[in-house]
Amino acid sequence: MREFLDMGGYAAFVWPSYAVTLAVVVLNVVWARRSLARSRAAARRRLAAGGGDA
Amino acid sequence: MSWTWFHRLASPPHIYRLAQRLTPWFAWPAAALIVAALYGGLVLAPPDYQQGDGFRIIYMHAPSAWMSLMVYTTMAVAAAVALIWRMKVAHAVAASCAPIGASFTFAALVTGSLWGEPMWGTWWEWDPRLTSELILLFLYLGYMGLRGAIEDPQRADRTSAVLAVVGIVNVPIIHYSVTWWNSLHQAPSVMRLGKPQLSTPMLVPLLMMLLGFTLFFVAVLLVRVRGEILVRERSASWIREALST
Amino acid sequence: MDEPRNPAHGAASVLEAARLVLERDLTLALRRRGQLVQPLAFFAIVTTLFPLAISPELSRLREVAAGVLWVAALLASLLALEFLFREDAYDGTLEQYALSGQPLTGLMFAKTAAHWLLTGLPLALMAPLAALSLGAPPGSLPGIVASVAVGTVALSLIGSIGAALTLGIRRSGVLLALLTLPLSLPVLIFGARASELAIHGESCVAPLELLAALAVLGITLAPLAAAAAVRISLE
Repeated sequence: MREFLDMGGYAAFVWPSYAVTLAVVVLNVVWARRSLARSRAAARRRLAAGGGDA
Repeated sequence: MSWTWFHRLASPPHIYRLAQRLTPWFAWPAAALIVAALYGGLVLAPPDYQQGDGFRIIYMHAPSAWMSLMVYTTMAVAAAVALIWRMKVAHAVAASCAPIGASFTFAALVTGSLWGEPMWGTWWEWDPRLTSELILLFLYLGYMGLRGAIEDPQRADRTSAVLAVVGIVNVPIIHYSVTWWNSLHQAPSVMRLGKPQLSTPMLVPLLMMLLGFTLFFVAVLLVRVRGEILVRERSASWIREALST
Repeated sequence: MDEPRNPAHGAASVLEAARLVLERDLTLALRRRGQLVQPLAFFAIVTTLFPLAISPELSRLREVAAGVLWVAALLASLLALEFLFREDAYDGTLEQYALSGQPLTGLMFAKTAAHWLLTGLPLALMAPLAALSLGAPPGSLPGIVASVAVGTVALSLIGSIGAALTLGIRRSGVLLALLTLPLSLPVLIFGARASELAIHGESCVAPLELLAALAVLGITLAPLAAAAAVRISLE
């Protein structure tokens, strides 16, 4: 296990790369869901205010 | 030839529902592929004969770099479609692409730099790929800056679409000029270590990761597009329907 | 009225209309000489900063002269973009152009040509002074002038897209730079290379040809994009 974590001496480069990229992956999920939630909330407010054309 | 399918395809309510239905079909395979590729890349693939375990950064760097270009291309194609056929949905797609692409461009730059230290002995090398990636980040930032600066949403859509199309015409020119520039100044032995020669057990996780990231992009895009469609849609009846699900 | 003739009225052909736009822009600009001098003064100041920041030794400056010259030219032409459409957007001239029935692309090309004559060409003519002050040998001047003259054609065209995209945005200066500079990168690379070769006494034909190719590509595509952006800003 320690050998695996050591990455043949490249741990200081390999693990941060994986951390940054996977953080970007996770953040994309969070941001996308948040942006959808925000748009839905805004649309709901518009409806409540009697907005829209129909 | 009948165009009804085209209009049906382009109608916001249809796309909204379709996006909602399709998201899990992309999200779960993407998650499975990425997890499997992580195992394959970190555990199963043997170390490179020159770079040792350092080469494993490729499993993060190459897919991020691929995303940065693929997402930009998607954005520009969507922008062109939106301009030509005046399709609101295509504008929604283009607008959704930018933050995704910019974030992966950032990841490609960081992992490139982290790979550069063991490969070249410096954190930053003005190597053509990294330089192009940096310019691509500026293009994304410009696109998002322009979009943010225009208050009227329709004008923001159309103006930024022109920029995206102009940008995609320039991307190959920029890449060519940067490569040309680099070839003039390159010291003969920049690379301390050779490029990894990928054997099959090394290559398979890479291909899985590329596919996984691509599917992931589609899944995130589908979620974002729904939000962007809602912002652009004014007809109350179907919004009520969309919100009820 | 001593406003120059507006091409929107009765212009027969595209070429005629484009010629009138060009003439009008030149006439108006020559009435505001102060504005014309600004980018040139900026160019002179920036090239003066480098010897003060690096070293007064000409041998050291010569090493970086091409790069300094080109970054200064790039920034000066960026600064000048502010004047390209601003007035015409305020007083409704752009709107008249769009409604004139003439292809807006042709008129945009004429406006960009006028802009180059008023900023790019003077910059090219000033480049020898700056180059000499940075230690470039006199023999290199023709190459430097040629590279700046051709390169600024491409810069003006790229800039016209950026200026058209940022029409109607308040305080657009930084955004304009963010949009235009990445697209100008190939011009900077080939231009600086041409000047560098000229300073080293070698032939700069190859990068000059690449610069010319960029200019030609810009001539064919940039006015289209600028016209599209102007139309959108008027909607």
